[in-house]
Amino acid sequence: MSATDDPDLLSASRPAGPAPVSPWLENWRYFAGNRGALIGLVVFLLTVLIAIFAPLIAPHDPAQQFRDALLAPPFWVEGAKPGFLLGTDALGRDILSRLIFGARYSLMIGLVVVTLALVTGIVVGLVAGYFGGWVDALIMRIMDIILAFPSLLLALVLVAIIGPGLFNAMLAIAVVLQPHFARLTRGAVMAEKNREYVMAARVAGAANLRLMFRTILPNCLGPLIVQATLSFSNAILEAAALGFLGMGAQPPTPEWGTMLAEAREFIQSAWWVVTMPGLAILITVLAINLIGDGLRDTLDPKLKRS
Amino acid sequence: MSEPPVLETRGIVRDYVSGGGFGARRVVRALKGIDLKVERGKTLAVVGESGCGKSTLARIITMIDPPTGGTLLIEGREVDIARHGVSREMRRKVQIVFQNPYGSLNPRQKIGDVLSEPLKLNTDFSAGDRRDRAMAMLLKVGLRPEHFNRYPHMFSGGQRQRIAIARAVMVHPVLLVLDEPVSALDLSVQAQILNLLQDLQDEFSLTYVFISHDLSVVRHVADDVMVMNKGEAVEYRSRDDIFAAPEHPYTRTLFAATPIIDPARIRARVEAKATRAVAGQ
Repeated sequence: MSATDDPDLLSASRPAGPAPVSPWLENWRYFAGNRGALIGLVVFLLTVLIAIFAPLIAPHDPAQQFRDALLAPPFWVEGAKPGFLLGTDALGRDILSRLIFGARYSLMIGLVVVTLALVTGIVVGLVAGYFGGWVDALIMRIMDIILAFPSLLLALVLVAIIGPGLFNAMLAIAVVLQPHFARLTRGAVMAEKNREYVMAARVAGAANLRLMFRTILPNCLGPLIVQATLSFSNAILEAAALGFLGMGAQPPTPEWGTMLAEAREFIQSAWWVVTMPGLAILITVLAINLIGDGLRDTLDPKLKRS
Repeated sequence: MSEPPVLETRGIVRDYVSGGGFGARRVVRALKGIDLKVERGKTLAVVGESGCGKSTLARIITMIDPPTGGTLLIEGREVDIARHGVSREMRRKVQIVFQNPYGSLNPRQKIGDVLSEPLKLNTDFSAGDRRDRAMAMLLKVGLRPEHFNRYPHMFSGGQRQRIAIARAVMVHPVLLVLDEPVSALDLSVQAQILNLLQDLQDEFSLTYVFISHDLSVVRHVADDVMVMNKGEAVEYRSRDDIFAAPEHPYTRTLFAATPIIDPARIRARVEAKATRAVAGQ
């Protein structure tokens, strides 16, 4: 009997069960089973919607000053002014509107920083892990140097050198976060590059670039997605910290960290001016971290209950 | 003039250097001068225990690693990847099937793409042509059209090995290195894969270097047999000669170590056990 002309034999050896579930659907089901991650996802999506439709949702212009309502408390506190749900700051600007517009900045910061850090980190890590040898040693020692500094301190120094401002702050944070991606990529690449399918692709004629980006990289993405999510919240937090220290976004930009900095002197007298931006940062970062944890559980086969 | 052999090696040596840096440098000689010659359409079986250099030899023949010394000739042309690299054309001529069917397929690549990638890299066929050829090959190795768009994790070990074989044959190589292609599969599937390999050999007049430690498989497929031990070829003769009268002591040890599968004997043992169990109650 020839094996080739008897496909029935093959099909018989595999029971006709339900159609195989696509890996995406399977992952989604697993992710959705994690309540914390699901809540995080909902909150995050809400934040995204708020950021997109900010001009429609916000009751006032974020920069408009209401001179007759300086430091008005939020609606549930005695002395609240109608029309200012979360109160106003020292210049009479509506805090709710500023928070809504601030969501745009925070999400943009997260997105830009993570994209920058991810792309450079992947390229650097791929090169180091794939070629090994002195290239690897050189690249990883530079990454070690960056990692040796406390991240906020290094970002602060970088911003001090290239000048304060939102864009420079994002650049600095990306530089600080990038080694994490490089290390992660390098480790995954080193594990994958000696696998037989990579060898098979090489024998089939694939050149270095194709092997790196088409063959190996897609198999290293799992941990990178998780790291990207967690870095997203890290970036927001560090941008807020730089803003608070006066090195990030400059007033009157309604960036949450900058808002905190402006409100510092009113901690005693008008608590809401400090509390509201702080809460906004807390909630967003928490939501994203929950998503990240959920993704890690989903994408890491070792943590998966089978 | 007669056709040159598809594969010829002269005194292939391969050293591995370990240590360096702070530890003492140690050189391990994995291959100590291997000479072999395979004519078109023939199968050379390389047997030996694990660690004897079989897979190192496979990697050198497949032009993945350069040899430390010696010459490698494919269809009479010398290949020196350490100095000149490998041309696309030479790459195409030698393909490999790995032992582990679970590691040799890219988990993120659909079967159709697995099969058409070699064509994309080596030929100028249009996307439609590549697809048709990949589909034809899929059917030829005994899989079905609906498998084209599935991912490797949806297949059994035997099916995956069929895919790996199909991928290797896609570019019509002259030489196929089979690095223990059936040792990860169970017995019934082994036979199917061996039959498939035989059919493909006849159809494409393929030359095989079949690496194995399983002598019953070797007896089934080989024309010539080379027995390796510690990086040396201790015996290298035709299959019938070597199985009839193994000369080298190592070959004899190897043959003696092969378990004998005798259904009658197994059945007798199982029955005896059952009788004892019944008697014990």
